[in-house]
Amino acid sequence: MKTIKLIIDGKTAEVPENTTLLKAAKTVGIDIPTLCYFELKDMNIENRPGGCRVCVVEVKGRRNLAPACNTMVAEGMEVYTHNIRVLNARRTVLELILSDHPAECLTCAKSGSCELQSMAQQLGVREIPYQGEQSKYRKDTSPAIIRDVDKCIMCRRCEMMCNDVQTVGALNAVNRGFMAVVAPAFEMNLEKSPCTYCGQCVSVCPTGALTEVDHSRNVINALADPAKTVVVQTAPAVRAALGEEFGLAPGTLVTGKMVAALRRLGFDYVFDTDFAADLTIMEEGTELLDRLTRYLKGDKDVKLPILTSCCPGWVNFFEHNFPEMREIPSTAKSPQQMFGPIAKEYFAKKLGINRKNMIVVSIMPCLAKKYECQRDEFKVDGDPDVNFSLSTRELAHLIKASNIDFSSLPEDDFDNPLGESTGASVIFGTTGGVIEAACRTAYELYTGKKLEKVDFKELRGLENVRHATIDFDGLPINIGIAHGLGNARKLLEDIRDGKSQFHAIEIMACPGGCIGGGGQPYHHGDSEVIKLRASALYREDAGKPIRKSHENPFILELYKDFLGKPCGEKSHHLLHTHYFDKSAGVFVEE
Amino acid sequence: MAKIKLSEKKIQELKDVCKAFNNEKGELINVLHKAQSLFGYLPAELQEIIAKELNVSVAHVYGVVTFYSFFTMQPKGIHPVSICLGTACYVRGAEKVLEEFKRQLKIQVGETTPDGKFSLSCLRCVGACGLAPVVLVGEKVYGRVAPDGVADIIAEYNT
Repeated sequence: MKTIKLIIDGKTAEVPENTTLLKAAKTVGIDIPTLCYFELKDMNIENRPGGCRVCVVEVKGRRNLAPACNTMVAEGMEVYTHNIRVLNARRTVLELILSDHPAECLTCAKSGSCELQSMAQQLGVREIPYQGEQSKYRKDTSPAIIRDVDKCIMCRRCEMMCNDVQTVGALNAVNRGFMAVVAPAFEMNLEKSPCTYCGQCVSVCPTGALTEVDHSRNVINALADPAKTVVVQTAPAVRAALGEEFGLAPGTLVTGKMVAALRRLGFDYVFDTDFAADLTIMEEGTELLDRLTRYLKGDKDVKLPILTSCCPGWVNFFEHNFPEMREIPSTAKSPQQMFGPIAKEYFAKKLGINRKNMIVVSIMPCLAKKYECQRDEFKVDGDPDVNFSLSTRELAHLIKASNIDFSSLPEDDFDNPLGESTGASVIFGTTGGVIEAACRTAYELYTGKKLEKVDFKELRGLENVRHATIDFDGLPINIGIAHGLGNARKLLEDIRDGKSQFHAIEIMACPGGCIGGGGQPYHHGDSEVIKLRASALYREDAGKPIRKSHENPFILELYKDFLGKPCGEKSHHLLHTHYFDKSAGVFVEE
Repeated sequence: MAKIKLSEKKIQELKDVCKAFNNEKGELINVLHKAQSLFGYLPAELQEIIAKELNVSVAHVYGVVTFYSFFTMQPKGIHPVSICLGTACYVRGAEKVLEEFKRQLKIQVGETTPDGKFSLSCLRCVGACGLAPVVLVGEKVYGRVAPDGVADIIAEYNT
């Protein structure tokens, strides 16, 4: 590749052609501020509309300042990234953006993690000299995501995520000029759009324009109510990211401290969604083996590949976009929703309390979980199996508000029986983890042999779409894996067109899987953070004494005591679900 | 999908338009142009059909429709009134003429009167600057229009 030599702030940079000035500057230690620009390296995710103009630099010989994120290097270029002309222009640009932004930082949900706020700090803006009309738009609250468009700076990151990465197509820039907003079709509310609540728009929004619906208050009220037994479950990906909110390095595992914090917050029982993940493997793995055996016996009606169904964003996606294929995914509920009925129908009875007096809270890396726990099919006489779902970020806020010094907490253990889990369930939180966990169990159940090597390294990694063939003692099982809904769409289209050769496919809606979920601490475009979270989960798995779901003693006890057998009548009733066609009635109300 | 109010025949016509452009995503603006000339406006159900045919999101189609002032989701009136706001017309008081139309018809720019008779829009220069300010009603051109002449123009069509 051709190399280009240029001078940036007096330093000589040598970079391949078609490199942006922004990246060229980074190679010589110059960090040009950006606002609309966004990149997740190694995941093919980049947003550079060149719209905000915060990254402008002076290129000698050019009349106008050039946006560094969107200008390519050229031989012999002389670039100035912070001379007086650039600094003045950059500040003016920011002042103009701020002149149409509500100054509500004191009460804004994004305060402290807001990129616009930190930019104003970095550039030392102390007053906004431009006063005039501000654009006003209605606030839109959906079951999981709040749109407060007045805080939008039209960076278009959410649009890029929603359309290019996730191919959901819920959000688009509409209208023009001062009236421009990012909105669903016909400016309907998000709830009426094909939004999957994956929350990737929230995870990249630089301001408070897109945030999650916060259920912390409901949880605080439940904890304060002596009549309620409050049970909490924590998803695998939370323990690999929560520490970041308390200044710990990305990839630090805080399982024990998290449990201790939850106990101090006043939860009566601190349980683990991982337990339910083990249960998911029992049900989903049995379903896979059943379909596979019938298929091998020549049953033409059997639907293969089987698709995982743990991810609620993904479930929403196929209900909206591929309703005709809704018979293909596993009917197994997600771990969150398996935990609910086990807590309220099994554990509550053990305690001798009415299910209405038990509140089940989930801590999730996810925003779609907020919607999932509100679905009607997951309620009994109006009482939801899972009452409230909090994001990793909300849990961090709750801990801070409760005067708990996180770093000095001891390492506590989960309560039993719903707190015991295996290594297989821990890796549910990363792309490839669910299917690896399923393979560990399905292999042993199918072959009747002991699996010598439990690590399926061929299923790991961050490539967008992966496939691997696993040897089930002479029977080759073809596995597909996709993370990010755009990648999932490709696999689904192949299945629809009869081109798919897979027996089983794992899909997670968010890039990286749950570790990159919409409810996780903001990664601000640093893909290293996501990788470190993944390796933390694999570390936790490797350190567990039991690493296969079907060897979890409390799972075995649960089947013996209560459920009977996997995919049996009771399991079917409590742990399986069905899907809906949501392609209809989305946009225009009559 | 919206409850389709368009007739099967109209829907087929629209699908044929998309097909004429090879159902190409990149031809969205051309398809919308053609659709608007066929239907007079671009209602929601029509945008949904186009989105499906071209395999783009409805939000994207709506984004394009609302970006270009040429496209409208409102059915035009029987007598579409257009006021030129080009430089020459503007400096000779076109804005006051526009205000008068808005006041008398009780509609904003881009809207249609409830009886479906008049719709109001603005345009930039019809190439008759010598007649500024210029107003068009349908194909008919009115030159040197003053605010106090607005009532007469409306009356011409209000019989």
